[in-house]
Amino acid sequence: MSTHTLRSKRTRGALRTAAFMSPWLIGFGVFFAYPLISTVYFSFMKYDGFRPPVFNGLDNWSYVFTDYRLFWPALSNTLWLVLVMVTCRVVFGLGVGLLITKIRTGAGVFRTLFYLPYLAPPVAATLAFVFLLNPGTGPANSVLEAVGAPAPGWFTDPSWSKPALTALALWGVGDLMVIFMAALLDVPKEQYEAAELDGAGPWQRFRYVTLPSISPIVMFAVVTGVIQTMQYYTQPLVAGKVASGIIGGSGQQFEPGYPDKSTLTLPQLVYNLGFQRFDYGSACVIALVLFALAMAFTALLMRRRGGLVQAGD
Amino acid sequence: MTQVLTAPTTPASPAAGPAARTARRKALLRWIAVHSLGIAAALFFFLPFLFVFLTSVMSDQQALTRELWPHSWEWGNYAKVWHTPGFLTWWRNTLLYAGLGTVLTVASSIPVAYALAKFRFRGRNLSLMLVISMMMLPPQVIVIPMYLFWAKQLGLSGTLWPLIIPMAFGDAFSIFLLRQFLLTIPNEYLDSARVDGCGEFRTLTRIVLPMAKPGIAAVALFQFFYAWNDYFGPQIYASENKAAWTLSYGLESFKGAHHTDWNLTMAATVLVMAPVVLVFFLAQKAFVEGVTLTGVKG
Repeated sequence: MSTHTLRSKRTRGALRTAAFMSPWLIGFGVFFAYPLISTVYFSFMKYDGFRPPVFNGLDNWSYVFTDYRLFWPALSNTLWLVLVMVTCRVVFGLGVGLLITKIRTGAGVFRTLFYLPYLAPPVAATLAFVFLLNPGTGPANSVLEAVGAPAPGWFTDPSWSKPALTALALWGVGDLMVIFMAALLDVPKEQYEAAELDGAGPWQRFRYVTLPSISPIVMFAVVTGVIQTMQYYTQPLVAGKVASGIIGGSGQQFEPGYPDKSTLTLPQLVYNLGFQRFDYGSACVIALVLFALAMAFTALLMRRRGGLVQAGD
Repeated sequence: MTQVLTAPTTPASPAAGPAARTARRKALLRWIAVHSLGIAAALFFFLPFLFVFLTSVMSDQQALTRELWPHSWEWGNYAKVWHTPGFLTWWRNTLLYAGLGTVLTVASSIPVAYALAKFRFRGRNLSLMLVISMMMLPPQVIVIPMYLFWAKQLGLSGTLWPLIIPMAFGDAFSIFLLRQFLLTIPNEYLDSARVDGCGEFRTLTRIVLPMAKPGIAAVALFQFFYAWNDYFGPQIYASENKAAWTLSYGLESFKGAHHTDWNLTMAATVLVMAPVVLVFFLAQKAFVEGVTLTGVKG
């Protein structure tokens, strides 16, 4: 084959690849690269959307980290959610996954019941939980009081609002259950049999056979859980709004984080600064903090051996 | 262990000695323990649905009490919610956003996923890493420039178009999921199509797409649910225009307007949840397959 035809073949291949990739190439440029660079640009600008942007150096950055009184509460809430909510979800998801692999009678019905809440639209699920857990007439507290347990204020009490959100997150654990279930069914049976012959009890079999072979999936669940926590927006916002009794809708000013900033998360700050205070520059600073956190954990996910990026052909 | 569990209630064989009897008793006890735990978990997952539903058919007065069971079944609550001004418009908007958005996403993501899974080219791994980065990007990171772009430059705020149009340019999560699925299709199928003289486009439409149906179904479902559930997007672009609201966004304001009517709010909640549950039952298999695909292919 002459060099000429070889080259034209290669060019054709490149053109073909470009054609197939084109929707994403445009999307990447217009809906990722451009806005990201633009976010960096605006983070150094004073801009309210009406007057033209003015360069103001690091003012937005120092404002966010020192004077913006919602920033540190939001960051510490995020840390709480990462430590408690993600851990609870992974442990509970694994527990439910284990349980479902052991259930023999009516397994299909159980699986569907366990999975269904995951699909409940977040706004609807949050509304349902604010109602179920409302201290006045909520069924949850009626039941708790009936059995003599203390009935907390849940979404109306700053020290109980995050546990209430955690309960909501545990209700929707179906995604993790399915992932763990598949991983558990992949553990070779012979290993259990060998361990049993060696006299290993149920806990030892779990500790030395199950856990090592599903640890990549546990890792996956933890890291994606952390990334999801960075994006945690709808549930805490809606819970705060509804619990505070403030009428939602356009143009309403709502101080997010009810009660007492306890449900604030970083994405809510982007909305608060950008769309309630029209301080686009400072909103972009929060956006970049969020970006750095999300990318750091994504890098962690991709570094995992044979991780998300499975080799192609 | 598993064999014993499958048959906890089989009658004793005549030859069974005391050892076999203890083993059987242990298996039965384990069966009871596992299924009791299962029922407890099922209650945790199911009771919220039940309480929401029971409250949705209570009278206005009863919904403000602590009673759990409705005295009179007020099915009219659903009619009331249905006829709330705006509710039907929100339905239509949600169907448009979720339906058109899903079609666009699937159509634009398939060729990209195919190239990433089956073509060899320089920059393929880099592209894949960028797709994953986009997938993990919180939407709030780029919302300020995007809002300025759609609202100030194109004048499209107060509509859902800023949410629908981008879906014609590939969605990172859908591309990733489809790629994972396409990797499982053996190359021999593609090679034989090429030998038969099929171009890449024909290979994709004639050979790959029919085999990729389960993957495409999973992606379509995820995308449909994503749009159905989306709250942040409509809040940013549509909040100023009530005629462009979606169900997820309108539902919260419904609570605001009826702040003491828990029964009506719960009826509205049921009406927003119901379609999702219905779609799930119609397409359960594809859905669970999709969830598995996101995690286990590691």
